[in-house]
Amino acid sequence: MIVLQGLTKRFDGLTAVDHLSLEVKAGEVMALLGPNGAGKTTTVRMLSAMLRPTAGRARVAGYDTVREPREVRRRVGVLTEAPGLYLRMTGREYLTFFGEVRGVESSRLQQRIDALAERFKMREALARRLGTYSKGMRQKIALIRTLLHEPPVLLLDEPTSAMDPESARLVRDAIHSLRDGHRAVLICTHNLPEAEELADRIAIIGKGRILAQGSPAALKERYLGPPPLRLQVAGRIDPALLARLDAFGEVLDYGRRWVRFRKAEGVRNADVLRALLRDGWEVDMLVEEQQSLESLYLRVVQGATTLEVAS
Amino acid sequence: MKRGRHLEAGRAAWRETWRGIALIVRREIVDTLRDWRIVAPITTLVLAFPFIAEFVAAEGLKFFNKYGAALIMERFFPFLILVVGFFPSTFSLVIALETFVGEKERRSLEPLLATPLTDGQLYVGKLIAATLPPVVASYVGMLFYILLLGLKLHWWPSLHLLAVAFVLATTQALVMVAVAVIISAQSTSVRAANLLASFIIIPMSLVLQWEAGLLLFADFTALWLIALFLFVATLLFVRIGLRMFDREYLLGRELDFLDFGAFGRAFLEGLRWPGSLRALYGEEIPALIRVLRAELTVTLVVIGGGLLIALWGFWRFPLPRTAVPLLSQPLTMEQITQGAVDIPLLPPLSPLTLFTRNAGAVLLGAFLSIFTLGIVFQLMVMGVTAVVGYALLLTLHWGMPAAVPAMLAPHGPFEMTAIIIATAQSLRLGLILLSPAHEGGGFIGLGRELGHFVKLFAALIAPLLLIAAIIEATITPRLAIWVINGYLFR
Repeated sequence: MIVLQGLTKRFDGLTAVDHLSLEVKAGEVMALLGPNGAGKTTTVRMLSAMLRPTAGRARVAGYDTVREPREVRRRVGVLTEAPGLYLRMTGREYLTFFGEVRGVESSRLQQRIDALAERFKMREALARRLGTYSKGMRQKIALIRTLLHEPPVLLLDEPTSAMDPESARLVRDAIHSLRDGHRAVLICTHNLPEAEELADRIAIIGKGRILAQGSPAALKERYLGPPPLRLQVAGRIDPALLARLDAFGEVLDYGRRWVRFRKAEGVRNADVLRALLRDGWEVDMLVEEQQSLESLYLRVVQGATTLEVAS
Repeated sequence: MKRGRHLEAGRAAWRETWRGIALIVRREIVDTLRDWRIVAPITTLVLAFPFIAEFVAAEGLKFFNKYGAALIMERFFPFLILVVGFFPSTFSLVIALETFVGEKERRSLEPLLATPLTDGQLYVGKLIAATLPPVVASYVGMLFYILLLGLKLHWWPSLHLLAVAFVLATTQALVMVAVAVIISAQSTSVRAANLLASFIIIPMSLVLQWEAGLLLFADFTALWLIALFLFVATLLFVRIGLRMFDREYLLGRELDFLDFGAFGRAFLEGLRWPGSLRALYGEEIPALIRVLRAELTVTLVVIGGGLLIALWGFWRFPLPRTAVPLLSQPLTMEQITQGAVDIPLLPPLSPLTLFTRNAGAVLLGAFLSIFTLGIVFQLMVMGVTAVVGYALLLTLHWGMPAAVPAMLAPHGPFEMTAIIIATAQSLRLGLILLSPAHEGGGFIGLGRELGHFVKLFAALIAPLLLIAAIIEATITPRLAIWVINGYLFR
């Protein structure tokens, strides 16, 4: 659905996007993560045929963004970084305008507006001028605008920014429900828990280049290693226990009654547990710790910076 | 069958194109009509200005009536129609100037650019939307004023006057909008766009002054010609605007700053002198003139326009030979010199004064062109051509066909060549600021083109003007005296 091959964009000597290659398949949600200025918005603008790449190419919904920009724009729903509304229009007028511009049949358009407004709890606000809306409401109207023509490709730049937790939940649920066999979704976000919740795969970019991409689990495994185990015992932790655990991997940290350690490759949790019980330790708990996407993100982004400084 | 299908597809594409344009127009107009900052002043102008104009007309009529000269005041009534119509139409400038850059500042442009609307649909839609409300307001104001004049002063304009006034109001608004939309699409902020508005206001105020003069003379033909000129200019500007319109440029540029260093470097680069005279005249100058093809064509069309004005002037005012006292006796060199000095606009016939006057006019025209899209120099050339053409037609009429050629032939080729090249390069100077920086335009482009102008002036225009001045002061008067005296006393 979305295929980028060596996509590059330079502005007056500044390289905003540098040989970006990735693919988002139909039915897949991909999150594009990266610090400010990493090239996320420029990438979205190129994918929606608003900017022409300096080099490389992109195909969206089967169309080339340079040779068939109108076909691309017909099939893409873009939620821009800023909602960008016409504040003197009412919500309904605004959505009707964009629906008509997108060629949605007039009989279907109002039904679609009502259904989406209902879904995002915006029905009551449709008759009001957009200038009276709160930030979150503006973001929701922009999202409805993006979904009006049922595009097969969605490019969402910070979809839940400025929203209260309830609205953000609504939007995340909506994005979940958009994940079907026909639609590809690319989300640019700084909200890492959101990316983790929504995305099948993530791509971390920095200075226009892909630093890492894959499923969240695979990336964590690769960059953070296997998740650490947390062991809690009934008695006090003593050097003998630490030495015993060293045999299974590496002790990371410990307190009065707990130890964090990372297993060596090939060691199973059951092996550890069995050995401890056999040695007479009273084990209260042995769990795998969740590794946050934030740790992964920081590791990748800071790693890239360190590499750059070193080079 | 196949042809029919093609036709049907063509019609469908046409309908689709206009549907998109109509959507933009409707949205923009609704937005404009909801903006009190635009509606309040337009309404005030439409409602108040006709009363003010009618009051001025009535008081003027009273004053002139005292001296039995009511007819003179009545000549001003049509001019006031134009003024009443002009003020609301200036709002088209306000709306058009912020049409793209205003949306960019409010960040509502990106969602629009992400739609399948084509560049042409966006551009034409915004162009029409910026024109319609002010033009309609103009019409209403003018009708209101005419109604007041008719009811209170019992003066009703002719249908011909009405038609020309309404067409002029429309074409004035159209040309202003066409330029303003180009400026809006090329600017990075509304403030920058407003600053560039002087490029429109200066030439438009000149046009309005011309129209005022022509209305006093009730010269409708010339007014129609102005309307035609404005309409053609609109088409040219729309074409330029469409060619330059670029989504990427609109989104990509965030900052507008004047890089004087780069300007200076571009100027020096434009001025760069090749190593030898052979390279200068064999390669550099011909290359610079080749680049001016389009501007030279426009200049030649303008010269054609000047000749048309000459034709019209001759048709309206075919002066008899007796109206020129100088031609009642044999001409002498002293008389010619004395005559030239007596007419303030003509320089004394010495090579130095002729050269400095002509070179000064070229430099002034070029300088003013920078602020007027090159229009001032074009108008100067049109005016001179009209005067010379008129003189030529008069001498033909008086049975002295060789008189004007004799007055022009020796130095004319040099002077005309210099003036045409200078005018064309000045048009380029005027238009370069409207071109996007990535296409070599903008502030830095202006630096380069100024460099080219100086190079052309020093290497070609000034030498040609100097040669023309020497001939004009020495050979031309003698030839003219010989030919004219031959006609007068053969």
